[in-house]
Amino acid sequence: MKLHNISFGNISRRKAKMLFLIMGLVIGISTIVTLLSVTETMTRDIEERLNQFGANIVMVPRSENLSLSYGGIDVGGVNYQVREIAQQSLSRLKTIKNYKNLAIVAPKVLGPVVVNGKKILLMGVDFKEELALKTWWQKKGKYPVTKDELILGSEVATMLNFLPGDTMMMANEPFQVAAVLKPTGTSEDSAVIADLASAQKILGKEGKISMVEISAFCQGCPITELTLQIAGKFPDTKVTAMKQAVMSKMQSIEMFKSFSLGISIIVIFIGSLLVMVTMMGSVNERTREIGIFRAIGFRRGHVMQIILLEAMLLGIVGGVLGFAIGNAIALGIVPMVIHDGQFAGINYQLGGLSVLMAVALSLLASLYPAFKASNMDPSEALRVL
Amino acid sequence: MTKINHLIQVEDLGKDYQSGDTTVNAIQNMDFSIDDEEFVTIMGQSGSGKSTLLSILGGLNHPSSGKIFVDSLDLYSLSTEQRADFRSEYIGFIFHSFQLISYLTVLENVKLPMAVTGQKKKKKNSMALDVIDRMGLTSKKDRLPDQLSGGEQERVAIARAIVNKPPIILADEPTGNLDTHTAKDIMGLLKSLNQDGHTIIMVTHNPEMEAFSGRTINVKDGNLA
Repeated sequence: MKLHNISFGNISRRKAKMLFLIMGLVIGISTIVTLLSVTETMTRDIEERLNQFGANIVMVPRSENLSLSYGGIDVGGVNYQVREIAQQSLSRLKTIKNYKNLAIVAPKVLGPVVVNGKKILLMGVDFKEELALKTWWQKKGKYPVTKDELILGSEVATMLNFLPGDTMMMANEPFQVAAVLKPTGTSEDSAVIADLASAQKILGKEGKISMVEISAFCQGCPITELTLQIAGKFPDTKVTAMKQAVMSKMQSIEMFKSFSLGISIIVIFIGSLLVMVTMMGSVNERTREIGIFRAIGFRRGHVMQIILLEAMLLGIVGGVLGFAIGNAIALGIVPMVIHDGQFAGINYQLGGLSVLMAVALSLLASLYPAFKASNMDPSEALRVL
Repeated sequence: MTKINHLIQVEDLGKDYQSGDTTVNAIQNMDFSIDDEEFVTIMGQSGSGKSTLLSILGGLNHPSSGKIFVDSLDLYSLSTEQRADFRSEYIGFIFHSFQLISYLTVLENVKLPMAVTGQKKKKKNSMALDVIDRMGLTSKKDRLPDQLSGGEQERVAIARAIVNKPPIILADEPTGNLDTHTAKDIMGLLKSLNQDGHTIIMVTHNPEMEAFSGRTINVKDGNLA
């Protein structure tokens, strides 16, 4: 017979009471695990969605005298006589360390074109990348499918009086207006947006790029680090991080994290109170038993050991169950709170942390009851001698 | 310096309780001694102070005044933890109403006092099985207390009290919850333990049980009568 036999005996033969004790821990841990799992899924989802809200890195040719302006970003001069980047060189992007973090790479060629006697900004884009980047665009018509289809900015369409379906002549080439954008409040309102290769041909800039907009996933990778990596591969360009965009993304994510942390702290507090109250009740119920232990020669430390060992065992069971239940709840809840959301998966690190937290919580909440029990006057506890 | 010639020597013992604004003198100016291998009955009416006296003799209840020497050791000069060790080594308690641990089996209940001693597992087991056998409970060693009769539970309580072979056994109304026939069986057992060399101090208010002991200390209103 050892002290742990007493703890095991108490746990295994008083299952109903022990289950009640474990319940407090399970509620606390499972709530935290659910919140963290849902938050993690939400964070990923938000990040993915935020990443669709545009570029956070802009790469333009290094320029001494010229300055262009596009989308509020300084990319060159007003006469569109810009220096270019070789389109082929873009493959170097694949060689940067954090290439996987580059979600969208949208190259553009810019230049002036005359339509119906008016000088207009022609922007050649890779429609697949551009449309992935500009998810907020609203349009009349449909997006271009073929190389001779284009999109008109709202001001251009009004000025030139074009509607979707109309044919527009550009450098003696016929193009079909596939869509007209609704006002965006950006330079795109006054641009003709055409296929990259077609625009390069019209502008006489085959194989040349005026600028590249990049959208990067930045969880765990500082945006400045990414810009340095890109700049290292393109010494003739100026790579600018749009920190404001990144900061707002991170702020939104941080807000979710803070919210879930706040809730977790409240739940931990309530959980520990629940465990402490239940443990106190359990100790009070065992007053007579503790009196017997003390009367037959158990030291105060022995009584504390018995109670704390029980608390530790309950903590382990509560932690494992709480983690499992928390994940199960998260799995069920994610599709309800996040449209098209997918459960982020079981985080085993969080599992280990949950068990540790449950054990710490259980021990902490049992410390006072254990101390109280061990200091019980044995004659008072027994009231029989 | 007091010269101690007895196993237990009680000197000018007093115990007061505070009950609201009133001080209750549970025990007053008691002087007596008990020798090794004696079987002493402490007799008295309910509330006479006999159970309080037993708890003080067992090192469970600090007296308000006076001294108790056990084996020349000034019991209440020891720290709380030292008194716990003293109880483990010197005292075997047989409590009123058995006081077994409900979730432990007969064997585990008997082995309970050995949880804090240093013996090896094998030795603990053999010592526990020996006393269980002596109490005639071998076939019931894996049962829980509520699966036993009153007499059997009392035997388990006795087995637990003697398993560590303590020199002194303190018994509080050991036959209080038993029928006459079983009570006499239990008293026979205590008598045989006394013959084996244990000093037994038993509290009872039943005069029939007095006959099994060698000497009676009568307590009335906290005083020796």
